[in-house]
Amino acid sequence: MKLLNALIAWIDARFPLTSTWRAHVSEYYAPKNFNFWYFFGSLAMLVLVIQIASGIFLTMNYKPDALFAFASVEYIMRDVQWGWLLRYIHSTGASMFFVVVYLHMFRGLMYGSYRKPRELLWIIGMIIYLSLMGEAFMGYLLPWGQMSFWGAQVIVNLFSSVPFIGPDLALLIRGDYVISDVTLNRFFALHVIAIPLVLVGIVVAHLVALHEVGSNNPDGIEIKKHKNTHGKPLDGIPFHPYYTVKDIVGSVVFLIIFCAIIFFAPDMGGYFLEGNNFVPADPMKTPEHIAPVWYFTPYYAILRAVPPMFGSQFPGVVAMGAATMIFFFLPWLDRGKVKSIRYRGPIYKTFLALFVISFIGLGWLGLMPATPLYTWIARVLSVVYFAFFLLMPWYTSIDKCKDEPDRVTSK
Amino acid sequence: MNAIKKLWMLALLLTAVPAVAVASSGGFHLDKAPIDLEDKVSLQRGAKLFTSYCLSCHGASYMRYNRLKDIGMSEEQIEKDLLLPEGTKLGSTMQAAMDKEAAKQVYGVAPMDLSVIARSRSPDWLYTYMRSFYVDSSRPSGWNNAIFPNVGMPHILAELQGEQKLEVQANEGHEVSKLVLDKPGSIGTTEYDAAIADLTNYLVFMSEPAKLVRHKIGFIVLGFLFILLALSYALKKEIWKNIHH
Repeated sequence: MKLLNALIAWIDARFPLTSTWRAHVSEYYAPKNFNFWYFFGSLAMLVLVIQIASGIFLTMNYKPDALFAFASVEYIMRDVQWGWLLRYIHSTGASMFFVVVYLHMFRGLMYGSYRKPRELLWIIGMIIYLSLMGEAFMGYLLPWGQMSFWGAQVIVNLFSSVPFIGPDLALLIRGDYVISDVTLNRFFALHVIAIPLVLVGIVVAHLVALHEVGSNNPDGIEIKKHKNTHGKPLDGIPFHPYYTVKDIVGSVVFLIIFCAIIFFAPDMGGYFLEGNNFVPADPMKTPEHIAPVWYFTPYYAILRAVPPMFGSQFPGVVAMGAATMIFFFLPWLDRGKVKSIRYRGPIYKTFLALFVISFIGLGWLGLMPATPLYTWIARVLSVVYFAFFLLMPWYTSIDKCKDEPDRVTSK
Repeated sequence: MNAIKKLWMLALLLTAVPAVAVASSGGFHLDKAPIDLEDKVSLQRGAKLFTSYCLSCHGASYMRYNRLKDIGMSEEQIEKDLLLPEGTKLGSTMQAAMDKEAAKQVYGVAPMDLSVIARSRSPDWLYTYMRSFYVDSSRPSGWNNAIFPNVGMPHILAELQGEQKLEVQANEGHEVSKLVLDKPGSIGTTEYDAAIADLTNYLVFMSEPAKLVRHKIGFIVLGFLFILLALSYALKKEIWKNIHH
């Protein structure tokens, strides 16, 4: 023990070990009233670590080559020791990453976690979300199945609809006139090093920003308003040990779900691993029905809902881009007097419920073939989706809010 | 704890998703394939059918012969019962007997690799497909298939099943197509269905050999996690007992 203390003192004289631990863990005061929805931030970090760890071992056995990619995935599934497990961990992790991140973002919507002073925290989080979409999209090409190939073909073709620079832009992304070996190689590079590097960096920034302003809580009030004589928030508790042990419970429950999927339903009925992706990529054979993986389908439905104008798909692409980018503006669209849904009036609650319905509804429609009826439903839901954001300055300011409590409550 | 309860509800919801997913099929009704990966004898019979019939034209180029040890075959059985082609090692992958280019000449398309066929086509589809060939003189091969119209492949197992024909009957204004056995084969319909069940069973195994161990390991992993859950929950309770809400 003495030796250990001496070692820590030696390090502290040269590196801020103890002070960092204190600032970010043992003396980071978090509100004591975190509920169910507050598990998903730490779970997102857990999935990130799982993806990086499983990804490293997959990279050791995968071949980013149009001739060998599909076969090397089957090699991993059959001949590599525990290869099937690595692959299922990684493929399940990709979908579960989005499950966790969507729930994490929804928590932010419910409790107003994006409001002042957490605007930048929210923006950094949105950058993480966009990077994650890029990461998932590039990774999906790597197994080089029919869905990998044609999914990438459809998405990259969207870029060619950009006026003037479109075709050059698509060429720049693909590195070829069609999705090819060149594309596979560059997507591999981006998937295994470029985007993960960015992701880890901005996740650190997300945490630093969080610890600078402090965590929000289900009541949407600031715990820093009431401090004790030592300057510690009265309603705050140190992150360690309280939330470390609580998050361990959440992590174990998450791992139970995660492992149940990995071992008993890794395809998730075709939602996590599509049947068509077990057919090797064939540039000469377009599949009848191309749908992206479930986590992109709300945006895909919005894209298809917008009719082509002047013979160009570009308006749909703009709508799809706007649907993701509009989240960035939330902190300034919301004019409510209170942050948390607990004290919001009926109008905000109605709009949030409609938004959830539109998001899930669009997600489902994006998986379906675009029949005329479905397209019309998608149009209505797209309008609802955008109305949630664009009408927000109006409906949040006229809504009848309840009074916030002075101190945090536990429900 | 309320939060844990909610997490469980989410777990239930997530596990319900695959149940909602429905496999699609065109027109003809798909029969349920009686898949049982525990039935090693069925898998071995399926392996024999596969190597003696399918492997004539199709390859299974990701499947190694020695992987058949997983379904209880000894090395000797693999070599003798399956009549391995000359020069084939136990560690070799299953290659088609017929040359790919030659097959393309004969059938118009190169026969596809069957290693992961049970993952891109559902087991029910495969089970129905192999039982839905019928005689059709308008096709170059003389065969057609009820669930894969104008298929390039002839009915390789006709000597077993016999010849079916497609009968179209008018039924209250709309037409109903039905497959009827015209000339019996060397085995009866029940035996043929059982043989195709074995073959489908084998194809499911071949598409993912890890499936044989996946479930068993899964139970052990989940058992461990439930113990860990009890311990971590007790720890959380202990640490939090002084926090008053």
